[in-house]
Amino acid sequence: MQKLVDIVAGVTNGSLKASAVVEEHLARIVARESEIHAFNLVTADQARNDAAKVDEDVKSGKKVGALAGVPIALKDNMCTRGVETTCSSKILQGWKPPYDATVVTKLRAAGAVIMGKTNLDEFAMGSSTENSAFGPTKNPHDVSRVPGGSSGGSAAAVSAGFAAASLGSDTGGSIRQPAALCGVVGVKPTYGVVSRYGLVAFASSLDQIGPFTSDVRDAATLLEVISGHDPMDSTSIPQAAPSLVSVLDHGVAGMRIGRVTDLPEGCEPDVLARLEAAFDALRSAGAIIVDIKLPSIQYCLTAYYLIAPAEASSNLARYDGVRYGNRVEAADLNAMYAATREAGFGEEVKRRIMLGTYALSAGYYDAYYGKALKVRRLISDDFAHAYEKTDVILTPTSPSVAFKFGSKTDNPLAMYLCDVFTIPTNLAGHPAMSVPFGTGANSMPVGVQVLATTLGEQAMFKVAAELERSL
Amino acid sequence: MAEKISKETVVKVSRLARLSLTTEETERMTAQLAGMLEHFRDIDALDLASVEPMTQPYPLKNVLRKDVELPSLDRDEVLDQAPAAESGRFRVPPTIGFDV
Amino acid sequence: MSEVAALPNGWQLIVGLEVHVELATKTKMFSASANRFGDEPNTNIDPVTLGLPGALPVLNQHAIELAMRIGLALNCKVQPCTFHRKNYFYPDLPKAYQITQYDHPLNIDGHLMLPGEVRIGIERAHLEEDTGKSTHFGGSSGRIHGSDYSLIDFNRAGVPLVEIVSRPDIRTSEQARQYVGELRSILLAVGASDAKMEEGSMRCDVNVSVHKPGTPFGTRCEIKNVNSIRSVGRAIDYEARRQVDVIEGGGTIRQETRHWDDATGRTETLRTKEDADDYRYFLEPDLVPLVPDQSWIDAVRAALPVLPAARRKALAELCGVDKDGESAIVVVERGQDDYVAAVVAAGGDPRRAVVYVQQAFAEQGATPKVPAKDLAALTILERDAKVTSTQAKTLLTDLIEAGGGDVSAMATKRGFEALDTSAVEAMVDAAIAAEPGAWQKYCNGEEKALGALVGAVMKSSKGKADGKVITALLQAKRP
Repeated sequence: MQKLVDIVAGVTNGSLKASAVVEEHLARIVARESEIHAFNLVTADQARNDAAKVDEDVKSGKKVGALAGVPIALKDNMCTRGVETTCSSKILQGWKPPYDATVVTKLRAAGAVIMGKTNLDEFAMGSSTENSAFGPTKNPHDVSRVPGGSSGGSAAAVSAGFAAASLGSDTGGSIRQPAALCGVVGVKPTYGVVSRYGLVAFASSLDQIGPFTSDVRDAATLLEVISGHDPMDSTSIPQAAPSLVSVLDHGVAGMRIGRVTDLPEGCEPDVLARLEAAFDALRSAGAIIVDIKLPSIQYCLTAYYLIAPAEASSNLARYDGVRYGNRVEAADLNAMYAATREAGFGEEVKRRIMLGTYALSAGYYDAYYGKALKVRRLISDDFAHAYEKTDVILTPTSPSVAFKFGSKTDNPLAMYLCDVFTIPTNLAGHPAMSVPFGTGANSMPVGVQVLATTLGEQAMFKVAAELERSL
Repeated sequence: MAEKISKETVVKVSRLARLSLTTEETERMTAQLAGMLEHFRDIDALDLASVEPMTQPYPLKNVLRKDVELPSLDRDEVLDQAPAAESGRFRVPPTIGFDV
Repeated sequence: MSEVAALPNGWQLIVGLEVHVELATKTKMFSASANRFGDEPNTNIDPVTLGLPGALPVLNQHAIELAMRIGLALNCKVQPCTFHRKNYFYPDLPKAYQITQYDHPLNIDGHLMLPGEVRIGIERAHLEEDTGKSTHFGGSSGRIHGSDYSLIDFNRAGVPLVEIVSRPDIRTSEQARQYVGELRSILLAVGASDAKMEEGSMRCDVNVSVHKPGTPFGTRCEIKNVNSIRSVGRAIDYEARRQVDVIEGGGTIRQETRHWDDATGRTETLRTKEDADDYRYFLEPDLVPLVPDQSWIDAVRAALPVLPAARRKALAELCGVDKDGESAIVVVERGQDDYVAAVVAAGGDPRRAVVYVQQAFAEQGATPKVPAKDLAALTILERDAKVTSTQAKTLLTDLIEAGGGDVSAMATKRGFEALDTSAVEAMVDAAIAAEPGAWQKYCNGEEKALGALVGAVMKSSKGKADGKVITALLQAKRP
């Protein structure tokens, strides 16, 4: 399968036609999409038009962008003007936004070709894509297994070669966990590096958009394009996008790599073995392994599952059947609200709205939401101490390889435990990425997670590139 | 931390959230929320008295915009997406009572 | 305005006001769509205004500066502040939460002075966003009750608001009216809002309770839909009497929100505290703190105009009138105090200048057409008794119609030549002779009898004699 950087190079120098690249990807979609269900919508016509436009620009000698001709899939929670954006929810089914998300504008300006909108757990709430109102996405490595979630469609699309790259969103691990389970690279940047404008909010203080690619260089290339300050997002960090591609070959000699000695338990042995192999590889490349402790990490699940649902309960209140989306008619307003929301939201979304509403309600705020914000501070402080001693931290991305459909759907807490290694970085607002690093049980892919401190993307990418080289 | 969540509380919360849960859903939700809240008691042991709440991952302040007008969205394009519209406006059923 | 009788049996009225004002910005609080009244429905909308999925708020710098002006004009402390979400469902609230300020508002702890050195505390003046507008159709009254459906216009949604919350320091409906009037003058003076109650850019919620002095305040009711200064007074008077009647009838006051009906002059229950919503306030994660530094605050303060109270005081001192009197209030509200000062500077009589302007310049705006020196000349003609006050009024009308001119020439043209004192004295003597009864009464101390004598002189002089001169002569002749 073609790398993003090779497509850009070929299309830019005229040796490769963007139209041909798109047709190759569309052919793979035709062959396997009915089995995988990575997409909610494939925008084949628009993709062909966009590719033809790129080819025309190249032919006429116009300067083309940094992603010229690259087929990219978008998680279906990013607004695309005039193109259905559903969040895999019945309540938004059919909604055509009147505006583009900032990342979509940036992709288009860079010459990317948008292939379609990918499946997700409804409103990005889940770790398996089983919570999609439109049916689950299958793991391309074994279609009896989940692709992870919530950005399962975006991970599967890259894994199956439906797109050279895709974008996902990560609130508690929703890019990194499916990347690990599908054997691709997935990056959650520092909170504030990529604009959230036009990303349908799940939990505003945790959400961040990031890339899925088949290798680290592609991820760095794509992230450079989509990051940077956006005046439309008040939480966007006011500084230029970091240079990432330039550091990929720097190596890791002398870098300090943190090993968490009080890592939460419950990890599959094969996954732990791959993590050890990763430490070995980095040590061989001249890095120094240092032990660190993150004592509060054990509370991250509690903090996260109070904070994220609380914010979500407020963010999802706007789906009221008044201005957009679907409505269930009723005789009076409050009956219409309740019927619309009851019919429009799936089980997991309702559960989190309930949990979040409860955590914020009078008499419970201090005991739940208020406390969770303090625990968030403890976790952030733990990281701050750890990063005095180390440059990056290595952990598993997911405690297990891809699991079978239905194996965790009856027990919300078991599903929530999938995110135990990914949640802490969202709470801290730090960057982290999952790099494919061999296989585990049943020959399914295993990902290793590289964590860094705020705006530590360069260190993170250096280590990720080294891990990839070592394979 | 608070007492075990009751079915009455679940019903009250569902009203606040404008979700008309079925009886069966309410039962299931009560059990599941109780299970989660039980798990979340792990933080009760922490001494958090002197800990500042963390609300923003990246410390920014004074993010401001100039008071410059940009064009409105097209009304027809917007109303076309509405479940019900009339005379250039969004139409909703009547309000009975004053729940809000 | 007539003072309504005080509450019976020693009941004391306690009032606090929450006043919402729409800020005079070009765009909305959190987005770049227009803040403009009266446009076609849903033509000032954008993703933020409509609460579209994925839209994010960004603070309007000008809105913050206008809010700071209000705070500083109300003697508030301007402080670092944050924004919260107030969560509730309503069709005109697009996101199902209002972004507002909660535990850390921009402006706190101010005050506003009313006539008689009455100090009304300002608890806070915080920023928030307005809602859209619902119109109810069907049913009988166009009211929300019994309607068949509602239509929503989101042009107003997201318009910047400042909510100014007074302390419960107001004790009479007259004070409440003065408070709203003074607040309005300040808002206009600092350019923060057009403060039109009839268009809803200034809206009052009135909290009313009653108690007996020395006992705790009673349960309060909040009255909404009070849309004019006059209604503020009427609603308070009605509500206070209602509460006293309920309590004296053995009932208790429920904490509730009540609706003022201007047509019937009554308040009625809108909703009770029992069905009050749980707003689940929490810090708005899409916004970051606002921390105005001292140099910013100082710059806003330095740019503030002289406020109405100070201008009234200056005018009153210049003209020798009461600073809380009608002429000072009216002239300053119209912004004509600088003009009066110019008239005085041109040699005009100060007291006459302010009175002329108050009485005759209602349509003239802050910069009347009549040149200050011409009005000054008229005040001098009258002061020096070259014309009578009645003649001066006529000349003032002429002057305004002509947009200025030589008042002496105008007086001549009208045939207004003041009689010399000896001629007037002769007429006074003639009047005394002609009206012996009236003269006798006047000499016996009946001041009322003066009128007949003055009138007789005026008549015989064909209006050319000055009433004040006649009076002075009569007084001098009284034994």
